[in-house]
Amino acid sequence: MTVAVLSLLVPLGAACALAGLAPFTHRRAGWTPVLVMAAAAALSAVALARTAPRLDFVFGGWRPRVGVAFAIDHIGGGLALFVGVLGVAALAVAARSIAAESLAFDALMLVFIGAMIGFCLTGDLFNLFVFFELMSVSAYVLVGYEVRRRAALEGALTFAVTNTVGSILLLVGIALLYGHTGALNLAQIGRTIGPADTLVEVAFALIACGLLVKAAVVPFHLWTADAYAVAPTPVCILLAGAFSELGLYGLARVYWTVFHGSLPAEEVRAVLLAAGVLTAALGAVMCAVQHHLKRMLAFATIAHVGLFLAGLGLLTAEGVAGTAIWVVADGLVKAGLFACVAILHHRFGVVEVADLHGRGSRGVGVIFVLGALAIAALPLTGKALIEEGEAWLPVAMVLVTGVVAGTLLRAAGRIFWGLGKPPPHDPAGDEPAGEDVREGEGGVGLLRALAAALVLGGIAWGFVPGLRGAAGRAAAAFTDQRGYAAAMLDGHAPPLPHVVLAPPGATAYVYALGSLGLALAIAAVGLWGGLRVPAPVEALRRLHNGRPGDYVTWTVLGAAVLVGVFTL
Amino acid sequence: MNVAPYAVAAWLLLVGIYGVVTSRHLVHLVLCLAVAQASTYVLLLGIGYRTGGRAPIFFDIPPGTPVVDPVVQALTLTDVVVEATVSAVLLALAVQAHKRFGSADPDRLGELRG
Repeated sequence: MTVAVLSLLVPLGAACALAGLAPFTHRRAGWTPVLVMAAAAALSAVALARTAPRLDFVFGGWRPRVGVAFAIDHIGGGLALFVGVLGVAALAVAARSIAAESLAFDALMLVFIGAMIGFCLTGDLFNLFVFFELMSVSAYVLVGYEVRRRAALEGALTFAVTNTVGSILLLVGIALLYGHTGALNLAQIGRTIGPADTLVEVAFALIACGLLVKAAVVPFHLWTADAYAVAPTPVCILLAGAFSELGLYGLARVYWTVFHGSLPAEEVRAVLLAAGVLTAALGAVMCAVQHHLKRMLAFATIAHVGLFLAGLGLLTAEGVAGTAIWVVADGLVKAGLFACVAILHHRFGVVEVADLHGRGSRGVGVIFVLGALAIAALPLTGKALIEEGEAWLPVAMVLVTGVVAGTLLRAAGRIFWGLGKPPPHDPAGDEPAGEDVREGEGGVGLLRALAAALVLGGIAWGFVPGLRGAAGRAAAAFTDQRGYAAAMLDGHAPPLPHVVLAPPGATAYVYALGSLGLALAIAAVGLWGGLRVPAPVEALRRLHNGRPGDYVTWTVLGAAVLVGVFTL
Repeated sequence: MNVAPYAVAAWLLLVGIYGVVTSRHLVHLVLCLAVAQASTYVLLLGIGYRTGGRAPIFFDIPPGTPVVDPVVQALTLTDVVVEATVSAVLLALAVQAHKRFGSADPDRLGELRG
């Protein structure tokens, strides 16, 4: 399975080459990084196609007990391919819209994407941490790339400080787990962990904290909007489409390979569902009061991450399959929306609704509206699978997706059609871009085509034939702890448990219609009704104050709550 | 089992995070973060320690001699590299903040609200 390793080595190697050349030239790499990434994505696709639903791959022929294992299954490999595809899109946007005359930006992007692919493929807990850190550090630098802007500097600082605290907690959790089991291979830890005692509970809580900081789950989410608001658009595409979701993937992977069967499932389920719904609600409410497009999309991402967490938190194969399908659709649509934002920024140099009132071209507006509608109603399959998990989940989903989509539609109505009154300037205001990274001068035709392709791709994804069956098999393998361990350690896999996913029923369509209706109603009220921001929401808003010290306090509080819930 | 290394690790973690939370200067903040990170080194090495164990270099020691766990040492080394990278990035940002905006107080940089 050298193909899979190449999908990781190609971007990392190209990044090294570009970084090595960077001091000697002031040219951009042009389309080279896009081609490199396309090759890596093709390699990922080949690796995925050759992978049985469950497959073990170990570096250099070492027995897993000695080596650092790589393990590819359809969920991990599929996610790696998805990251690769998003990477191609992000690099294409970068080639068109970033005017920095240095190879460093492309090199960093390739490291970032390569590390994310590695994170998807690793079967070793410490290696997971290494890729986690590699992608984090490159993300810190990328977010702060427009360092001449004060906001960019501060966004990168809060991002880096909060996430470093998260990774310290993660590492403490890993160390405790190693001390308890004497293993780092996920499958091996899972076999030796035994029934949960306090140590295991604390280790799980700390590992979960580290990964949830990345995923931007309440109360670990505070850095997210600050970082997204200042990041160059291509970086936003990757952050919103894959980075947050990888935190959730890491948590699900570690839970299903290690802690499932050791920790009481009911407790884990309750905690994850509660955290998910809380995150979704907060994300939706905060999204509704934003007038800065990137911050709006950042909170939309937080809201969706909450729903994904709720889907995974059901702890069923159906929940995993539904989330997997939805993550891809949502990532593509969101990448398309960010590409629309890139077009606006490219033309006008601002991304605040107040400054853009009635200025956007309607061609882009149609793409943006399609994306917003897709967020309200798609993908039926993924959403329906999660909705069946709990009686009250559909209500939460309709409310959250409706509010988020309605906010996006409201912004689209103002920007592209000049409807309603211009909103006040966002208190989180944006300043004009610095000189070093002005958005470039090339035409926007390519960006527009890309945005349309991404949004339509996200919508079409739900209709891919055989998707439900493939997702069901992948999720069955993903959630089968014994089978994973057997494939990894013994080299033979027991037959897969049979998971058949039902097609979305009539209720799913009703929920989708409800979500659409709510979105339209909210957009209309936002445009023509005079709603004031209620005081509690204003108070909530003030918590997102951009101070690293306060963010770390919330992170530690959240960690204390998680540890407390699991040990008491 | 000796609890001292674990107590030291917990203390370093708490003290480091307390420093991060209350910091009024970016360089101070980065160093506090490094202190918190140091707790993971102590924890890892404490976990791998075997009473009476020798350094895990199997060159001139007879087979069967107890040694300390070499895996955690490799982990610590990796961890040190990671931490050095993060510190370097953060310090570079702190220098930029001071150079461009004349302030290294994390609370006074604040421009993002809500």
